[in-house]
Amino acid sequence: MELIEAIILAVLAASTPLLIAATGELVTERSGVLNLGVEGMMIVGAACGFAGAWLTGSIFIGALFGIVAGMLMSLVFALMALGLAVNQVATGLALTILGIGLSGLIGAGFVGERITPAAHLYVPGLTDIPLIGRVLFGEDGFVYFSVALIVGVWWFLYRTRAGLILRACGDNHVSAHALGYPVLRIRTFAVMFGGACAGLAGAYLPLAYTPFFIPGMTAGRGWIALALVVFASWRPGRLVVGAYLFGAVTILQLHAQGWGVGIPSQFMSALPYLATVIVLVLLSRARTGGSTAPAALGTVFVPDR
Amino acid sequence: MQLVLEKRAERSGTIALVSPLIAIGLTIVTMVILFAILGKNPLLALHAYFIAPLTDSYSLQEIAVKATPLVMIAIGLSLCYLANAWNIGAEGQFLIGAVAGSWIAVKTQGTDAGAWVLPAMLVLAAAAGALYALIPAICKVKFGASEILTSLMLVYVADLFLDYLVRGPWRDPHGFNFPTTAEFDPVATVPLLIEGGRLHLGSIIALLVVAAAAILLGRTIKGFEIRVVGAAPRAARFGGFNANQLIILTFAVSGALAGLAGIIEVAGPVGHLQPGISPGYGFTAIIVAFLGRLNPLGILIAGLFLALTFIGGEQAQIAMKIPLDVTKVFQGILLFYVLACDSLILYRFKLVFPNRQVASGTH
Repeated sequence: MELIEAIILAVLAASTPLLIAATGELVTERSGVLNLGVEGMMIVGAACGFAGAWLTGSIFIGALFGIVAGMLMSLVFALMALGLAVNQVATGLALTILGIGLSGLIGAGFVGERITPAAHLYVPGLTDIPLIGRVLFGEDGFVYFSVALIVGVWWFLYRTRAGLILRACGDNHVSAHALGYPVLRIRTFAVMFGGACAGLAGAYLPLAYTPFFIPGMTAGRGWIALALVVFASWRPGRLVVGAYLFGAVTILQLHAQGWGVGIPSQFMSALPYLATVIVLVLLSRARTGGSTAPAALGTVFVPDR
Repeated sequence: MQLVLEKRAERSGTIALVSPLIAIGLTIVTMVILFAILGKNPLLALHAYFIAPLTDSYSLQEIAVKATPLVMIAIGLSLCYLANAWNIGAEGQFLIGAVAGSWIAVKTQGTDAGAWVLPAMLVLAAAAGALYALIPAICKVKFGASEILTSLMLVYVADLFLDYLVRGPWRDPHGFNFPTTAEFDPVATVPLLIEGGRLHLGSIIALLVVAAAAILLGRTIKGFEIRVVGAAPRAARFGGFNANQLIILTFAVSGALAGLAGIIEVAGPVGHLQPGISPGYGFTAIIVAFLGRLNPLGILIAGLFLALTFIGGEQAQIAMKIPLDVTKVFQGILLFYVLACDSLILYRFKLVFPNRQVASGTH
């Protein structure tokens, strides 16, 4: 029983950064912008988040540092991809390369330092319920926030007028522009939201997942978050399923390594990446009847006046 | 007042030529600011980065050695990008090529195998790199899976596979438990061009690759198809060009070149297989491809320039304790400026004063 509870807790912890980053990217992509720089924004968020928490002693301020850092990174992307109409794929790659360098530079002074990780909720009585107590009432704030975030995004996209306009920009920017909506401004906000989420997701790693910073600690999670958005067919509900499934794969391979299954650890570590490839293939294959991607995703838009 | 983009009637040839230079200039200005923030003397730092490596023979050779994999990979990537196929997993294809070629070197170690070993290693590495690149290409063509994500995921898989081999079955029994194979035999080593120097045969191969790419793109129908499919997909369809076939072809070629670069690096400057054989060549090559304007000759120059930043970065670290990550920041910023300046080829900036048209409202 305790093992099962421990595994569920670990899965939630491993899934949360994926869920937060993918939620942000989902909003960005629904507005028609493909920001491949999630990994770069995350790793800078991780470095700045840790720096903030270490300097101030507050996890909350650390998380804010991460959010602001991710947002600033995404603004660079917005300036390039939206302001200068540069190819979004190339700009996203540049953002990731820049982010990896920047995070190394920012984080260099903090390698080897430790902080007290984010506190977990404790509700007397409820948290002590066997099996589900700690899962439901004993998580850190990030986990609860990630759930609120995805619910909020679902509500925004499908239940508000602003969400409808954002989706319209993603599906047909020419029509949205003709109707008088400021496509580029809406997209800039969507990109910034994606950046804030990626920064927070990155900050989660050194603030709650492991209480220290190591260079390259995002280890491809930003790319997996991008794959998750495809996996989810750009829908928030499926994103939750996908994120927790991927978290489960990550944790199961870790446990399998611990149980001493006769497979070399490197093969187990490769599982989440291989799973991403296989899932992308299976899903893309199942979707033969037309793509569900936002129709204008990744295309350049220069409004004519 | 607002700055807007206006599409040029024709792409500007002048700007196409000078835009990489503007980008490098802007990057250097940014770096000066960054050095100042880090508390280093910007002039000394720039000297360490860009001038010092050019002043002695050893560093000059080292630049050519570092440029070799960058140019070879970037040539392959440029074919992909021209055809609008986004291979960003060259790092993985590089590693798999290194592994496949090393397999022959490891298996023939200590035997009296003859001069066939090195050519066999090169061929096998190129084939393995091509096959590894075909995975994302086929997933894209057959199933429509994003080649960007699949090719990148396979980088992590290749990295772990190499790690497994050098910690497990291929580990040098006399290597004090370090994760590395034994030093390759002389027949499995890329020969040096200058006795006692650093320059090796791989640099000649890289030059041949540049020449071959220039001929392919400039003088053959296939090269024309690649350019048309990327630049004007609709026209290409009317022309009867098969875009899927070109995705397969360009991925295979770029994978083969990355794999070849991988084995040349391992059998050349490194001398054995170990983790960390690449300081991110596969990713830096993306910058090289764009800085070189996806043009073979441009890529050669861009590759030498980025190799200079690698060597300069190492020298700046030794001489001025400037962190190595500055080199990565430099490369990232450079790519941003290159892309931004490229925008000027197609667009021009224009100031608009919206308050003249009262009806147009607030933006």
